[in-house]
Amino acid sequence: MSKIDLMKHVNEQSPWQDVTQGTHVYGSGNSEFFNTGDWRTSIPKWHPESCKQCLLCFPVCPDSSIIVREKKREDFDFFHCKGCGICAKVCPFGAISMHEEGGEA
Amino acid sequence: MIEIRWHGRGGQGAKTAALLLADVAFTAGMYVQGFPEYGPERMGAPITAYNRLDDHVIRVHSNIYEPDIVVVVDETLIKAVDVTAGLKPGGKLLINSKRRAEDILKEFPEINAEIYVIDAADISIRYIGKNIPNSPLLSAVARLTGLIPEAEFMKSVEEAISHKFASKPAVIQGNVDSIKESWNAVIRINE
Amino acid sequence: MSDYKYPKIDKKSKAPAFRERMSGNEAVSYAIRQIDPDVIAAFPITPSTEIPQYISKYKADGKISTEFVTVESEHSAMSACIGASASGVRAMTATSSAGMALMYELLYVAASDRLPVVMAAVNRALTGPININADHSDSMGARDSGWIQIYSENAQEAYDNMLMAHRIGEHPDVKLPVMICQDGFITSHAIENILLESDEFAKEFVGEYTPEKFLLNTKESLGVGPYGISPYYMEAKRGQEQAMENAREVIAQISKLYSDATGRLYDFFEAYRMDDAEYAILIMGSASGTAKDAVDNLRAEGKKVGLIKLRVFRPFPFDKIAQALSKVKGLAIMDRSEGFSASGGPLGAEVRSALYGRVDGIKTINYIYGLGGRDMRVRDFEDIYAEIMAIKADEIPELYKYYGVRER
Repeated sequence: MSKIDLMKHVNEQSPWQDVTQGTHVYGSGNSEFFNTGDWRTSIPKWHPESCKQCLLCFPVCPDSSIIVREKKREDFDFFHCKGCGICAKVCPFGAISMHEEGGEA
Repeated sequence: MIEIRWHGRGGQGAKTAALLLADVAFTAGMYVQGFPEYGPERMGAPITAYNRLDDHVIRVHSNIYEPDIVVVVDETLIKAVDVTAGLKPGGKLLINSKRRAEDILKEFPEINAEIYVIDAADISIRYIGKNIPNSPLLSAVARLTGLIPEAEFMKSVEEAISHKFASKPAVIQGNVDSIKESWNAVIRINE
Repeated sequence: MSDYKYPKIDKKSKAPAFRERMSGNEAVSYAIRQIDPDVIAAFPITPSTEIPQYISKYKADGKISTEFVTVESEHSAMSACIGASASGVRAMTATSSAGMALMYELLYVAASDRLPVVMAAVNRALTGPININADHSDSMGARDSGWIQIYSENAQEAYDNMLMAHRIGEHPDVKLPVMICQDGFITSHAIENILLESDEFAKEFVGEYTPEKFLLNTKESLGVGPYGISPYYMEAKRGQEQAMENAREVIAQISKLYSDATGRLYDFFEAYRMDDAEYAILIMGSASGTAKDAVDNLRAEGKKVGLIKLRVFRPFPFDKIAQALSKVKGLAIMDRSEGFSASGGPLGAEVRSALYGRVDGIKTINYIYGLGGRDMRVRDFEDIYAEIMAIKADEIPELYKYYGVRER
């Protein structure tokens, strides 16, 4: 079973026959498929107009939810971002603001 | 089946003698058991070891309570331990001693058993240079079992001793020679 | 069941077994040399100490290619075995008593991670008061840990069971750790006759271990031992239970293959003179042979007695046991450990449970015997047969009692 299959087939509704032998996890990086975005009570908002692309936010994100391509950050990975707000604290330019999840941005 | 009980003191080689006897009888084609009674191992404390020898498979795994032969490796145990407990009527008691027959017999006034003596200490000192009585006693007890003819025993015992002392070849010849003398050095002291 | 390939032994070309004499510890070590496992991690404890000693010597003499890990405790020994087994190789250990108790946490890990570690268990009493002699309290304490448990009567069985262990535990439908038990000192340190198989046969029978999933696979990564939240934990345990269930068929197949090849018969239990037996003793381990002598003595007097010597305790062969006992009137279940349930020992509980609703009306007494190396003689078993034969038809016998304990 590939890791994608595993995540599709083994979940909290799976019958015992479908749970892997010894609850082994096949393949690595399976957390990629786990939605931790719905744990958020606060949500960060990125303001590209204020962002200097200094990338101080990227290494402090505990959930690798700041996507960087070609040495430039892009918007958040909201499937994984837990809304901890560390990035907003670190940003020297006010380019990240925190808001109530589900509220007005 | 012949059942043998050995009485010795920790460190004197009673267990080794029992295991060697098992080895020799095995080499002669028999079914064997050789085992000590285990407890905290203490030098000098009384210990017991056992042998069962048979032409058939041995299944029983208990200690021996009614031996055919009792071997007393250290005669000072006679005062401390009831060495003849359960000895079968008409059985054989073999004692390692240099005392006179009448002195030994006084210790067993009402015994219904054949009493044999061998001065294993003397033989071992002469051949091995140390008081390690188990090889002479092994020879004596093998003779008393009546299970193995002398020639076959000597052949088996040489194999067993060479196997046992493979890492100490210097002691092999002395042990083998002491065993040869001991076969005839065991004497019966009662009628 | 998967289409697993069982070993194929060509009986015609098989070398005959040869006569030897050795202790139970040496016999098990001899089997381990023939198996030549990839990793052994062990810590010495009486009476199993000789096993790692023999292994060290084999290693020093270049007779095995095993990685021998000298750990600082039994907890570490089992941890090392778990790591090695998860990496995809054969891992073994040996222990007794307090050593097994110190492994306790990891025994469950090995079983739930479905790692077919094999242990040479040399049964010894657990402390209180401290004691080095045989009883089954160590492995009985681990009876619910998910290990397959196989008990041996003598050095021969300890050797044979060890050669069967890997094939049972490593079967893809099983993947469970296996404990091969023998009684401390009584068989571990007694020199007895034994028939040994050739290295070629042993290696052919045991075969190579080729797990489908393993940690050191560079082509496919694997995670072993993840946290199991409530929504998964129970499904994981049900899977483990199924593995133990599957082990029944595998044990039956492997035991039959081994029996056919060697002529030495192995099954879940041995039924000794049970055909027309009205009174039976059910027992495990080294005292079984002593009890068989009692059976023969009583049979010579015309008494219809027989014996069941249980070999496989986990998985417990409840249906076969019930069938084997279906015609007896009186039964003594012999436990060499206390469970402190105040209702009998672990074997007593299992056997009664197997009988309940399947076979009714057997007058049964569960005896606790042989604790801490207390000796059992042939005449003791004759006494026990006499006791169960004396139970009257309208009598409800004592649920359980001690045999061989001094009373005031």
